[in-house]
Amino acid sequence: MFNSNSSITNSQFQIPDSLINYTLHLADNTLILAQQNSAWCGHGPILEQDIAITNISLDLLGQARNFYQYAAQLINEFKAHSPKERAGGEATEDTLAYLRDNREYKNCLLTEQENGDWAKTILRQFLFSNYQYLLYEKLQYGEDEQLRAIAEKALKEVIYHLKWSSEWVIRLGDGTHESHQRISNAVIELWPYVDELFINADYESALIANNIAVDGGSIKKSWLQGTEEIFSEAMLSVPQNVFSQKGGKQGIHTEQLGYILAEMQFLQRAYPDSVW
Amino acid sequence: MNITIRKYYYGDIPDDNSGETANSSPEGGGREGAWPLWEVFIRSKQGLDHKHAGSLHAADARMAIENARDVYTRRNEGISIWVVESKYIHASSPDEAESFYEPAADKIYRHPTFYDLPDEVKHM
Repeated sequence: MFNSNSSITNSQFQIPDSLINYTLHLADNTLILAQQNSAWCGHGPILEQDIAITNISLDLLGQARNFYQYAAQLINEFKAHSPKERAGGEATEDTLAYLRDNREYKNCLLTEQENGDWAKTILRQFLFSNYQYLLYEKLQYGEDEQLRAIAEKALKEVIYHLKWSSEWVIRLGDGTHESHQRISNAVIELWPYVDELFINADYESALIANNIAVDGGSIKKSWLQGTEEIFSEAMLSVPQNVFSQKGGKQGIHTEQLGYILAEMQFLQRAYPDSVW
Repeated sequence: MNITIRKYYYGDIPDDNSGETANSSPEGGGREGAWPLWEVFIRSKQGLDHKHAGSLHAADARMAIENARDVYTRRNEGISIWVVESKYIHASSPDEAESFYEPAADKIYRHPTFYDLPDEVKHM
């Protein structure tokens, strides 16, 4: 099944499937959130913020490309004869982004939630950046060299995303009556998708022992602490006893992802292999 | 009949649009006029001066710096940002241009062009 003269060492030899899935999960998170944020281009509440949110979108897209390129490399190395290769050739960052279906996407449900109003977009970014910050901070010391390097590079971007979105959460929460109302609504709408970030999928669990993946449970406490800090400045409260949705990491998505992929993949689906 | 037209040149800051309106409507929602105008100065590398890069709207200094970072340094243009609210910049009046600047025009002896500069001297 595996190429006998593969350059991969023994410990990695056991875990290619999990590593591929984990890398795709990291890639999908960033791609889907990038795609969602990019919808603000030309529609931001004010020119400067329009540029800010689309800058963040481009940062995330850059991270997604790094993860997809690594995933494609792993797939080509380990799954050269997989029937999943529909493009007829090797996996590339483009085939992974444009030619996989809903159920193959492994992003967290939080990232695919609707943009809604500015408050909801801001809160989604804050909740995710806070998570991403803690995740990359650990991932940069993981055992996988590529993931480590991508995390280290991306961390600088994420620190800014977190700072920017934190300040906006405070501005809106501690702003006018209407802005407070809007961000409070966003908290209620998005909170059910928070827990999933910290529940390890099977491929994560398989990699945690080798210190390749980050244990979601290990960063939950710091995440909650950071979130509560910003929320209290923003005069928001953390919802209690909310039923949490999960499944995104395993490919079971909310209705939203279908719309996102339909738009994002349209061109490649309608005109396969077209380039410009 | 006399009609006065005030003409602004690039770099002039009109008094009536310098952000004073912001304080009168703190709950102005997303209206662009609700946020004061800020002037942005960027230093492109160590040892050089901050240069005026442009202006933008922001609710306070912190947001102005972040906006400046996103608007003016995303293509790697800078390592340091200054912002100042436009209303605190006092500008010379275009009406006084004649008496201000023209007297200097015919005094070439005020230019240090009669010296030979060594090649090693940069940024002169």
